[in-house]
Amino acid sequence: MTMQPTPPLLQVAGLVKHFPVRKGVLQREVGRVRAVDGVDLTLAAGETLALVGESGCGKSTLGRLVLRLIEATEGSILFEGRDVRALGDRALRDLRGRMQIIFQDPYASLNPTMTVGDMIAEPLMLHGIGDAAQRRRRVEELLGLVGLMPYHARRFPHEFSGGQRQRIGIARALAVEPRLIVADEPVSALDVSIQAQVINLMRDLQRRFGLGYILISHGLAVVKHVADRVAVMYLGKIVELSDKRTLFASPRHPYTQALLSAIPIPDPALKRRRAILEGDVPSPLNPPGGCRFHTRCAYAQERCRTEEPALEESGAPGGVGHRVACHFWRQVPAMEALRAGIDADPVLVRLQSFFRPEKAGELLASRQDAGLA
Amino acid sequence: MTADVALGTGPAAPAAPASPSRARRIWRRLWRRKGAVVGAVLVLFFVAVAVLAPWISPYDPAKADWLQVRKAPSAAHWLGTDEIGRDLLARMIWGARASLLAGVVSVSIALLVGVPVGLLSGYCRGWIDHVLQRITDALLACPFLILAIALAAFLGPSLTNAMIAIGVSTVPVFVRLTRGQVMAVTVEDYVEAARAVGNPHYRIALRHVLPNVVPPLLVQSTLSIAAAILAEASLSFLGLGQQPPAPSWGSMLNTAKNFLAQAPWMAFWPGIAICLAVLGFNLFGDGLRDALDPKES
Repeated sequence: MTMQPTPPLLQVAGLVKHFPVRKGVLQREVGRVRAVDGVDLTLAAGETLALVGESGCGKSTLGRLVLRLIEATEGSILFEGRDVRALGDRALRDLRGRMQIIFQDPYASLNPTMTVGDMIAEPLMLHGIGDAAQRRRRVEELLGLVGLMPYHARRFPHEFSGGQRQRIGIARALAVEPRLIVADEPVSALDVSIQAQVINLMRDLQRRFGLGYILISHGLAVVKHVADRVAVMYLGKIVELSDKRTLFASPRHPYTQALLSAIPIPDPALKRRRAILEGDVPSPLNPPGGCRFHTRCAYAQERCRTEEPALEESGAPGGVGHRVACHFWRQVPAMEALRAGIDADPVLVRLQSFFRPEKAGELLASRQDAGLA
Repeated sequence: MTADVALGTGPAAPAAPASPSRARRIWRRLWRRKGAVVGAVLVLFFVAVAVLAPWISPYDPAKADWLQVRKAPSAAHWLGTDEIGRDLLARMIWGARASLLAGVVSVSIALLVGVPVGLLSGYCRGWIDHVLQRITDALLACPFLILAIALAAFLGPSLTNAMIAIGVSTVPVFVRLTRGQVMAVTVEDYVEAARAVGNPHYRIALRHVLPNVVPPLLVQSTLSIAAAILAEASLSFLGLGQQPPAPSWGSMLNTAKNFLAQAPWMAFWPGIAICLAVLGFNLFGDGLRDALDPKES
């Protein structure tokens, strides 16, 4: 997963996307939405990197920047060692087969006027792969791969269910054997029962073809299930980046903690100190100075208001490559209670909590509440 | 795609490029609407009359008969005769040709110019859009009929020129409609998906955007045909359309106005025909719009 001798599949450095806001007859620029504001990340072949964060934090924009579906303002994107931003129109189109996207809404991502077969064969045709007969065979093969039947090729999207449509979208993405797939909330529009199906299909395909995934998601359950590493985004920046286990077990950034504490844990006996976020995400049009999270952070201090923290190696035990962007991450209390939701025995956690004075007090209080009621 | 294979695999397997189940659904919805059915019947009736004119016309529409001037409807001349004794039924039948041709040809001209311009404008945006839209604004600023009259007068009076004039005056409607629809479609995920698999721009515009803006264009076309028929009648009435002795409903009305007291039937038939043809296309267009609306049941 880490320590690759070969260059990583994808290497992003200092990526910035500002959307200008224009007003008036002369279309003067009156401001900029800082959708993505200086992001570095790498992705190895066969690895899944999850991007998580609230809506509007720039995770979808980041995904599209990587594929150059949106042009970046600044920064570099190296895909298989090639500078994606420097490619001309023609070269970019040639590269498109190797980096693909899976969309969130399976009802919007398939052209209603094209048959499924034409849709899946299109990338093959565009990249000059095979003749018509070979393409037809490949379409059937791809349909089989995602659990559909060959005769489905002649049908139109409206004849399929949401889950089936999403699998058609996956088949289209796989047509030209990509190396990188950006999956933008691939299951959030689907029923829970279908979500597992699609996620398992994606994992399966990853194992078979060594695909690198960038999984954009706000569903932390999905992330926990499939990601190797997780990047937490807030207002266009990565605030914490770590392998999944470390991140879920001991998140260091207050924002990550707040996100994770929003996951329900199916244990009524468990009392948690939930870090509930107050207020809305500030506008990316005018992000707060210093640390962007300081307006909602329970631990914010004077320094947070003025100085922007860098994403630095935490060197925390067990977390190789764990990076966090917070001035005071060492002082922020760990959130051990969350471990219960991941892999620890809840009984053990409760037992441990007795040996922490502040937790014990909370627990006692809750007991008394229960006793009175 | 072979039809027999499709038939062999199941009821839902489509053989035609358009999905039969979708087409059938729209057809069924259209059928349920009484107005649309009445409209369709009227349109089909006039189309049949226009197409079959040489066979069903009882007389030569241009042949004068000085012994039968301004005769009221009778067994020999069902709809009566005009001021120089021409059979009105024959003239109505041949006039249907001029009217429908004017409707269809002028709207075809408008589609041929308006849709590509709208597509270019809506897809490319930026300065191309700005320039094209300002030109469209200028055209839209002139009232439709005034513009058509001005153009027809400039080109010279003839049916062909009237059709060109009406077509050009209808262009901005299609530019605006196409542009708006294209703008709505280009932000759809499937257009981004088309980009993501490596489609060049022209292919995205033609293969992925254009087919998805067809339904509203279809509706607008039927409504515009109605307006064009009316416009042709107006131009002919003013002497800028069909030239005598060839008949057209508008020019028939023009002559009839001089004999309203003596031969009211001369004005009655072309008036009612224009009215019914326009009504037919409008009813059909409205029904089609409702049937194509995915939000309707």
